[in-house]
Amino acid sequence: MKLTKEQVLHVARLASLSLTDDEEEHFAGELSGILDYVETLNRLELPPPGIHVLEQSEEPTLLDPDTPRPSIRPEEALSNAPDHSGAFFRVPRILEEGR
Amino acid sequence: MSGLFTTLESFVKGRDERAFSIEEAVRHYLGRIEGLDSGLGAFLTVNPNAINRARQLDNRLARNPAHSPFYGYPIAIKDNMHVLGLPTTCASRMLANFRPLENATVVERLLKAGAVILGKTNMDEFAMGSSTENSAMGITRNPWDTERVPGGSSGGSAVAVSADLAPLSLGSDTGGSIRQPAAFCGVLGLKPTYGRVSRYGLVAFSSSLDQIGPFSRCAQDALELTVLVSGPDGRDMTVRDRDPQEMVREFDGSVRGMTIGIPEEFFGDGLDPEVAASLEQAREVWSAEGAVFKPIRLPSARFGVNVYYLIATSEAASNLSRYDGVRYGYRSLSSQTLKDMYQNARREGFGPEVKRRILLGTFALSAGYQDQYYRKAQQVQSLIREEFDRAFHEVDLVFAPTTPTPAFRFGEKLSDPLAMYLSDIYTISANLAGLPALSTPSWPTRSGLPVGAQLIGPSWSEGRLLRAARVLEEAVGFRTPPIAVQATGGKTL
Repeated sequence: MKLTKEQVLHVARLASLSLTDDEEEHFAGELSGILDYVETLNRLELPPPGIHVLEQSEEPTLLDPDTPRPSIRPEEALSNAPDHSGAFFRVPRILEEGR
Repeated sequence: MSGLFTTLESFVKGRDERAFSIEEAVRHYLGRIEGLDSGLGAFLTVNPNAINRARQLDNRLARNPAHSPFYGYPIAIKDNMHVLGLPTTCASRMLANFRPLENATVVERLLKAGAVILGKTNMDEFAMGSSTENSAMGITRNPWDTERVPGGSSGGSAVAVSADLAPLSLGSDTGGSIRQPAAFCGVLGLKPTYGRVSRYGLVAFSSSLDQIGPFSRCAQDALELTVLVSGPDGRDMTVRDRDPQEMVREFDGSVRGMTIGIPEEFFGDGLDPEVAASLEQAREVWSAEGAVFKPIRLPSARFGVNVYYLIATSEAASNLSRYDGVRYGYRSLSSQTLKDMYQNARREGFGPEVKRRILLGTFALSAGYQDQYYRKAQQVQSLIREEFDRAFHEVDLVFAPTTPTPAFRFGEKLSDPLAMYLSDIYTISANLAGLPALSTPSWPTRSGLPVGAQLIGPSWSEGRLLRAARVLEEAVGFRTPPIAVQATGGKTL
């Protein structure tokens, strides 16, 4: 399948990635090549949709007793934050001016 | 200075007979890292607390006997697993400053046994790659030929063991990331059964495929480490309650009477003739020891790469959506709005291969394409699994190459993602089927490059795989790269 620059742009937007013009061009070509390759799957005769690897295991899934246990402290939770204020993560304004 | 010990067993003997102190053992490895690693680049971080910990362990040892073979044992950890006190970077700009709040379960179990973490090893960014060239922190060189890649994504962990910068290490394997670098560097690498080892504290890439496993110089050490880190922790619900001692029992014995399957699909076009010749020699060893070989068919396995690059990228796109620059990770200073902040963090924080996979996975899951790509991939995944199941009715193990070629040169595949992906063509199907698989050294090529023999078994058969690996390892012998021997002015093994 040939991906257009517009399609790459659309997918990038879905993935919250901003790309430069060069990157759009480059990824459009590259991803088209990869898609052509993976598409050979479409030529296969296939049984109905599959079973997940996990679901086939003969071992039962262990259930957690769901007992409460201590969690990390707020200062720990904030310790890797690029920006914080008091007990909060700080981010740029969410609403644009005038809205 | 020559090596203090070679195997876990000889470490235990030396430690308990006080032939060396734990501090000496740890200093020995730190010294080797200092002397050799500037030329190899296996480590991203060396643990500044390693010597202190070794001293504490020595003090305790003076009063109490060691409670575990791993007591005082030095080990290296791939930089996508959390070790308290050390950064977890995933070799990404995105996590360059990330300090974990807890140990990964595997690390916790090692520390509880008394192990000493030497440091964190280089990898392809977020474990995405087959050469460690995708690291944002620099390249890692293959100790057998420093103009060649060590493989990936766990390249640093493979080099650490190969060049004897650490006697054992942990890596992670999503499509071959333990076995492929093990083959390229001439060490043993094991990917356990999906559900054997908890991934708690391993940075997620493709959660239905990721598994943690050991790099070692011998099958026995890989077994001991796998037993130590196996089993439920209440924090990764995919882990099954299987008795790890089962592996120990199955490890005992020879390959006499074992039936080993040879899938013709894995020995056809594209396999380097020198690799094929080496593996033929390996087959003869097992044959001479009483194993029976039987041709089998795994016709869908050749679509493994196709399936993998849809399933793994889809899961990666979802797993990596957490990197938004809010709670941790890279944040761009240039952002005016929240949306800008997300986009800039990801644009500046992720390298090209990570972006490529996020885009591919997002596309495969996007409206209108899901049935055509993701669902189709799942169907073929089931076929691959069923074919293995059928094969294991007839054979005990499957024998295959680990890689189509020996280690390639830097840059050789970097500009062609598809060529890079195809270097994992023989390893991927074990991940897709959830099966245990290992790569163990076979005879090298004429120019001295390592070759890996891969064994794939039914679920929970790690002990059996390692038993067959031990038979080959006795015939081949462990080789240390010249660069690692010269540097210490003596024999290291």
